[in-house]
Amino acid sequence: MINAEINKPIIEIVNVEKSFKTGDHQDLLVLNDINFRMYEGEIVAILGKSGSGKSTLLRIIAGLMQPSKGDVFYRGKSVYGPVRGISMVFQNFALLPWLTVLQNVELGLEALGVDKAERRVRALKAIDTIGLDGFESAYPKELSGGMRQRVGFARALVVNPDILLMDEPFSALDVLTADNLKSDLLDLWQTKKTGIHGILFVTHNIEEAALLADRIIVFNSNPGSIRGELKVTLPQPRSDLDPRFRNQVDRVYTLMTTQLQTDIEGYVPIDLGYRLPDASVAEITGLLETLNAPETNGKMDLPDVADILMLDIDDLFPLTELLEILHFAKVSKGDITITEAGKAFVEADILERKKIFLQHLKQYVPLARYIYEQLNHHPRHRALEENFLSLLEDYLTEKEAARVLETVIEWGRYAELFAYDYNAGVLSLENPR
Amino acid sequence: MNFLRNPFRTPQTGKLYPNYWDLIALFVVLSLIGMLAWNAKQMATPYQIGGQLPISLDPLYLPIYALRTVSRMLIALVFSLLFTFTIATWAAKNRRAARIIIPIIDILQSVPILGFLSIAVVGFIELFPGSMLGPECAVIFVLFTSQAWNMALGFYQTVRSVPADLEEAANMFHLSAWQRFWRIEVPFSLPGLLWNTMMSMSAGWFFVVFSEAVTVNKQQILLPGIGSYITVAIQNANMNAIGYAILTMFIVILIYDQLLFRPLVAWAEKFRMEHVGEEAREIHSWVINLLHRTHFLRYVGERITLLFDAFVNLSFFRSKLTITKRISWAVRHERLVNGIWDFLLGAIAFGSLVFLIEFIRQHIPYDVIKHVIMLGLITALRVFILIILCTLVWVPIGVWIGLRRDVAQIIQPIAQFLAAFPANLLYPLVVILIVKYHLNVNIWVTPLMILGSQWYILFNVIAGASIIPKDLLNVADNLGLNIWLRWRRLILPGIFPYYITGAITAAGGAWNASIAAEVVSWGDKKLVATGLGAYITEYTGAGDFMHVALGIGMMCILVLILNRLIWRPLYTLAENRFQLE
Repeated sequence: MINAEINKPIIEIVNVEKSFKTGDHQDLLVLNDINFRMYEGEIVAILGKSGSGKSTLLRIIAGLMQPSKGDVFYRGKSVYGPVRGISMVFQNFALLPWLTVLQNVELGLEALGVDKAERRVRALKAIDTIGLDGFESAYPKELSGGMRQRVGFARALVVNPDILLMDEPFSALDVLTADNLKSDLLDLWQTKKTGIHGILFVTHNIEEAALLADRIIVFNSNPGSIRGELKVTLPQPRSDLDPRFRNQVDRVYTLMTTQLQTDIEGYVPIDLGYRLPDASVAEITGLLETLNAPETNGKMDLPDVADILMLDIDDLFPLTELLEILHFAKVSKGDITITEAGKAFVEADILERKKIFLQHLKQYVPLARYIYEQLNHHPRHRALEENFLSLLEDYLTEKEAARVLETVIEWGRYAELFAYDYNAGVLSLENPR
Repeated sequence: MNFLRNPFRTPQTGKLYPNYWDLIALFVVLSLIGMLAWNAKQMATPYQIGGQLPISLDPLYLPIYALRTVSRMLIALVFSLLFTFTIATWAAKNRRAARIIIPIIDILQSVPILGFLSIAVVGFIELFPGSMLGPECAVIFVLFTSQAWNMALGFYQTVRSVPADLEEAANMFHLSAWQRFWRIEVPFSLPGLLWNTMMSMSAGWFFVVFSEAVTVNKQQILLPGIGSYITVAIQNANMNAIGYAILTMFIVILIYDQLLFRPLVAWAEKFRMEHVGEEAREIHSWVINLLHRTHFLRYVGERITLLFDAFVNLSFFRSKLTITKRISWAVRHERLVNGIWDFLLGAIAFGSLVFLIEFIRQHIPYDVIKHVIMLGLITALRVFILIILCTLVWVPIGVWIGLRRDVAQIIQPIAQFLAAFPANLLYPLVVILIVKYHLNVNIWVTPLMILGSQWYILFNVIAGASIIPKDLLNVADNLGLNIWLRWRRLILPGIFPYYITGAITAAGGAWNASIAAEVVSWGDKKLVATGLGAYITEYTGAGDFMHVALGIGMMCILVLILNRLIWRPLYTLAENRFQLE
């Protein structure tokens, strides 16, 4: 690992860009100008919020998707499709429910045309290595999540891969099971029982990245790009109780929340097609209440918030983002601070809260304001949701557009800015009779 | 109990108005019918169909007849599977192909199958002159059309909904298209495909019984089978023979249900992705339990697995492991290919339209069309009234059964069994009553149309009622809802999606059955009701294919319009609003 830098990279990504077609033939950029190299003997984590395009990047590296621009090289050769030597573990295991554990593991060998006897031997060995013996004839549905992911690992390892890619491999598992699987994986890696020369994985869990990786690549959202990179030099095994480890985690939070060069003191205004965070009013109210508690004094360390409220960054960051958009709190350098408005909001009673929220929603969320204005202009103060949906689809993917509209409708209803009829799909200003 | 849960499987679900692909498909299908009719008219000479075996009413022959009938069903099934695996897969893999294939299949689904029979018979007789092979093929073809569309649409839909991560895993591990088809796509679709197949088979018994004995161009063709047996029995007004036929069919369906249907569906459960597993659709089969526990049969099973393995891994179909940047010609010139494709389709659509207009102008006078529309509306009215009556009868009964788990477990298989039983075997029993008591033919023939398909309403309602959550029923009791409120607020909305599914199937069945039910006879007494079904049957007998085509086309259009205007909106409403999550 020490001499990693002088080696040739196993994987090299050069100026990769990816965009998807959205409505009206507009392109939606999801990955912008990605460059990095992965060297022999490294475990690299790609860390980012959901929707930051990190999984897309992993699929491009795997050859499952083509980049719109740029190149991916595996050991010096261009990647155009799934390559032999690169294996992958999936978030939701991707096991075939109609095949037994053994048959699932054999699948990759079948595709390679390995004959039946050898297939059996190699599959049994892989099952053995990953600690699944005794379950060869079980169907996936008989297994717990952890055991299923072990099948996923065995299937990936049996083809003797050079590189292992993992797409949020532990996120579908409970904490204890995930920890257990992680330490087994590290064991395998360190004892070099497999022929793997590098592991690249995608995660939204900061602790997980800091626990496993030698190097963490932090992603920006909208469009996905590399925000920065951190080396984790702590020796294995790492413990999440170790203060040095906590320190690493803190560094990651700081890197993720420090605003980039452009913005000075203050907020970045958002535009109409902004990908509004997936956060509900109840959740941000809860977070503000925690922030406003006497013992915190209105300012908290983000890792602490995540710890106390037991939130993943995927759950936490949307909340902090909405608080910032609404000017209820300010996030910087890994800290979150409540604002005066936020204080006023959280200390008010139910009706007063709605008023404050309404005011901030109209002022700071252009989409909510736009919907309100459209409804005002309409003679009968009504509009079909499709109109707003197609507007959003110019900026976002179809799925995200629907999600964003649903979110803003929820906020608008809470603030009593407008009403919504689910059956008709109609937004209006009047309240339901 | 997903029985035909997606009667509208087209990608355009929910849209009220046909899009232009539907219109193209409609023109194409209608002009195909027209062309076939025109072709049939050219050869309306008396047939040379070789020596027909006389049908004996001796019950000793019944097992042989039953075997002939069953083998026709199975042959048609093999063709339907072939069609499904090829055409539906093509549509699922190729968007250009799907754009035209899927609407055409969708429209073909509403073509009245029985009306098609006579035209098919003429066509196949031309193909195999002087032998019984012609009518045999025609019957098999008709059965094929009763099975294939439903199976293909279902398969298309499931293949397209294979989870993305399974697809990706297949790519990552370099499965070839062949391996992927047998390892992923087929197993993934298997539960749905089997269920659809079995339901198609159930409906098929009706068609096979009807089509074995058909009068075309004033000439009766009798193929050895249960259908012909019962036809001859009716002609001879032989009560005993009818009893034997019903008994035989009963046994045949029982065997089919217990030895084929249930074991296969129970076996297919293992292919289900689990997140849809809990839907109270546990199907047990004593046969499959037996198979699992017998040593010899387990051994046979393992052999079959090995064979299947070898089949999937045939080296010819293995993926070539060299990866090159392959961008085929078609991809590079996507625009051009699309343009040519659209132009071709446009030309076909235009050609069909011109042909249709010419065809109608030359052969069909305006008042005939008016008359046929009138007849169509009469039959539509019949179907409508029948659905209402069946609803009034079966919904309360179905709910009563569905809410009682133990009763439902007994009744549900019986209802499914009855749905498979070819109701046309029972027609003579009703006809005898009508003749005996001089009842009004136009009214009393009507119930025959729904005799077979009413069970779809019953067992869907049972299924719907049995999955109403216990919590909700408890809440209703806890709030002290009176009977009326309980039904209006809980039970009716709860069973609505299931009821709609059942009603759509029942209505479709009734349209088809009208061709068999509006003209019935007993001995030398022939009862003819006024309606589109009778119109088609009468002209079939007379060998006037222009009018037959007109009748079929009209029925097809009516069914489509009713589907679009009534059933599809209701179905969408049920899916969006009343689905219990």
